[in-house]
Amino acid sequence: MENDLAINLARAQFAFTVSFHFLFPAFTIGIASYLAVLEGLWLKTDNGVYANLYRYWLKIFAMVFAMGVVSGIVMSYQFGTNWSVFSDKAGPVIGPLMAYEVLTAFFLEAGFLGVMLFGINKVGRKLHFVATLAVAVGTFISAFWILSVNSWMQTPVGYAINDVGQFVPAAGWWDIVWNPSFPYRLLHTLLAAYLTTAFAVGAVGAWHLLKDRTNPGARKMFSMAMWMAALVAPAQIFMGDLHGLNTLEHQPAKVMAMEGHYESHPDGAPLILFGIPNSKEKRVDYAIEIPKASSLILKHDLNAPLAGLDTIADQDEPPVGIVFWSFRIMVGLGFAMLGIGLWSLFARARKKLYDWPWLHRAALVMGPSGFIAVLAGWITTEVGRQPFTVYGLLRTSESAAPLDAPAVAASLLAFVLVYFVVFGAGIVYLFKLAAKPPEAHEPTPDDAPIRSAGITPAAAVLEGDHEEGAAP
Amino acid sequence: MNGIDLTVIWAGIIAFAVVVYVIMDGFDLGIGILFPNFKVGPDRDTAMNSIAPVWDGNETWLVLGGGGLLAAFPLAYAIILPALYAPLIAMLLGLVLRGVAFEFRWRDPAHRARWDFAFTAGSIIATFAQGITLGALLQGITVEGRAYAGGWWEWLTPFSLLTGFALLAGYALLGCCWLIWKTEGPLQRQCYSYAGRLGILILLAIAAVSIATPFLEAEYYTRWLAYPGIIATAQIPLATLVVSVLYFRSLSKRQEAAPFFYALGLFGLSLIGLGVSMWPDVIPGRITIWQAAAPYESQLFMLVGAGIMVPIILAYTAWAYWVFRGKVGSDGYH
Repeated sequence: MENDLAINLARAQFAFTVSFHFLFPAFTIGIASYLAVLEGLWLKTDNGVYANLYRYWLKIFAMVFAMGVVSGIVMSYQFGTNWSVFSDKAGPVIGPLMAYEVLTAFFLEAGFLGVMLFGINKVGRKLHFVATLAVAVGTFISAFWILSVNSWMQTPVGYAINDVGQFVPAAGWWDIVWNPSFPYRLLHTLLAAYLTTAFAVGAVGAWHLLKDRTNPGARKMFSMAMWMAALVAPAQIFMGDLHGLNTLEHQPAKVMAMEGHYESHPDGAPLILFGIPNSKEKRVDYAIEIPKASSLILKHDLNAPLAGLDTIADQDEPPVGIVFWSFRIMVGLGFAMLGIGLWSLFARARKKLYDWPWLHRAALVMGPSGFIAVLAGWITTEVGRQPFTVYGLLRTSESAAPLDAPAVAASLLAFVLVYFVVFGAGIVYLFKLAAKPPEAHEPTPDDAPIRSAGITPAAAVLEGDHEEGAAP
Repeated sequence: MNGIDLTVIWAGIIAFAVVVYVIMDGFDLGIGILFPNFKVGPDRDTAMNSIAPVWDGNETWLVLGGGGLLAAFPLAYAIILPALYAPLIAMLLGLVLRGVAFEFRWRDPAHRARWDFAFTAGSIIATFAQGITLGALLQGITVEGRAYAGGWWEWLTPFSLLTGFALLAGYALLGCCWLIWKTEGPLQRQCYSYAGRLGILILLAIAAVSIATPFLEAEYYTRWLAYPGIIATAQIPLATLVVSVLYFRSLSKRQEAAPFFYALGLFGLSLIGLGVSMWPDVIPGRITIWQAAAPYESQLFMLVGAGIMVPIILAYTAWAYWVFRGKVGSDGYH
């Protein structure tokens, strides 16, 4: 009992801290690429609107990135503090992948971030663009490794178990890195990050268009965001389908929970649109369903048999309700995003993209949709992996650190308090930044930090009061 | 075995990451510790500006230390982290407060005092917790089988509190010397005036930790104080003495960069002392590096990455420092 409580508290703590953390990289992966595109366009066209938008979003990026970094360090230590048995056992396989993330991504991002934020007047436009690209590539590499780790936990391959019970690499590392669910999860997550950013940027653009539809910065960002929505949303739905088929192959119990299939359907399974999963009675109450449609989607055959949770031992089943609902939230938002994308294409064709307040209002409402969808998708895949940390091999209940419940309860409380205060404030500041319209002469990155001798400001040059370290 | 012992190499790489972290985030955290003493306005802004472009990179060495430990010595990671649960959680929360303050204090001038407080509180908590971690590791951890077997307050002893305070003094010294190097005018003068006192404080702290350590474990006593080992180990306090003389001399000559490097020298010597006590254990007296080591394949795979990436990382980190070389000002892009 005591042990169960400690484990559930540790699970709550991990879920809480990873959910908060995930919001930030989901956004920074997208904005970093967006900034690279903006700066590239600026270098190519010399059009000031791109430079202004770059500076506008750079300030937001700096805040989100800082929050992502500090919440990420928590994650890298929490594997040990709270899931030490998992760390001991899986460390020889996942540890090196995480070390590669640090070596190839974290340092790259952190090393060039300073130049990206504060160095434009020191290194020149081209080198500054290199710094922006380095940060953008770093966010991608980071996603690559950590999703490889996560995917290995979902679809473990290439391991042997040694005499002290550790997973150790047995096949080549290539097999471990490119484990079966990884390519799907990587693309699905990256597209999700791009969509998240597209809808966040689109909402900011829409907000300013609603107030002033002539603002060139607002028009440009809205247009770019809507292109992303129109192009990426359908790609994401396609990718999500492929990912689902991959999950059906390797983690059928997760798909059964997503679909709400308590029972096996020997000749065509229905697609349950809505309903209330009732795990006690093992049925979905008040189900609204389309006959045979689930078999059509998952097997591309109306009459294909689909196994249900009745084929899975009770102690190996994931919690159905959470997975069922989070999956529907994600898919529903995905189709809503597609709707906005198509609407924007229609508006563009009719030359009303900047003059259709209802479109702008809809885009504004959809601003948070990406964040919600990303979390819902993450919950689907992570809760769907339960009751295992390493799918089918290592149980969550056998992965936790030997900690007393009061210790974990105290730390969970501390995390909740600090995160709500700190990140709550951070999100308020983000809204404040985004509430200001992009100006024709957007102030440079951070309006205060950083002044080393090399970047003597113009005013100081005129006054001739800086004698140190001549600027190039 | 395989000719070259990768376990030893990995112990070296992780020790290197820890040393780089302690040195680089040490001065960042030290500035946080000293921050309330600086005048509100240009002095505080300058102090903050001097580390704003580099703190994130500096902190990444901590992630490499932790991540590297998980990858190369998973058993050690799995025992040490739960053993130090409370201080490590406190450290992480401290680093959260410290890290966001860099951005938030500029975004919200009306509440700047609060974020300045968060900056200092976070820096002090993180430093103190790291010092406690060091002390707790040295004084020994209860292990049964492959797991930590002590309570959640085992780390709390007079010795771990002593190392906590010692690290506060040490980081403050590094931060102080960094500001002497990177600033000028009243802030620099203020830091010169602190540097002498902090130098005395850190020498007292080093002396106290050094005197206490041999009595923690018989093994430490033998290593440090028994003949003939003492002939070698005595060189460390002697060198510490020489470096501290050089340090105080550089202060009285009003040199700008030298005090920082002598302060680094004091840290380096302390860390060598730590190595003498611990080697070749990763959990002193309980687990050796070989017992905790990941399999050869894991270590080799990572070594390829580290061998290629660490020199590249050092190169672009050096470049980033070079870009922001010279004295820092407080004025911004208003």
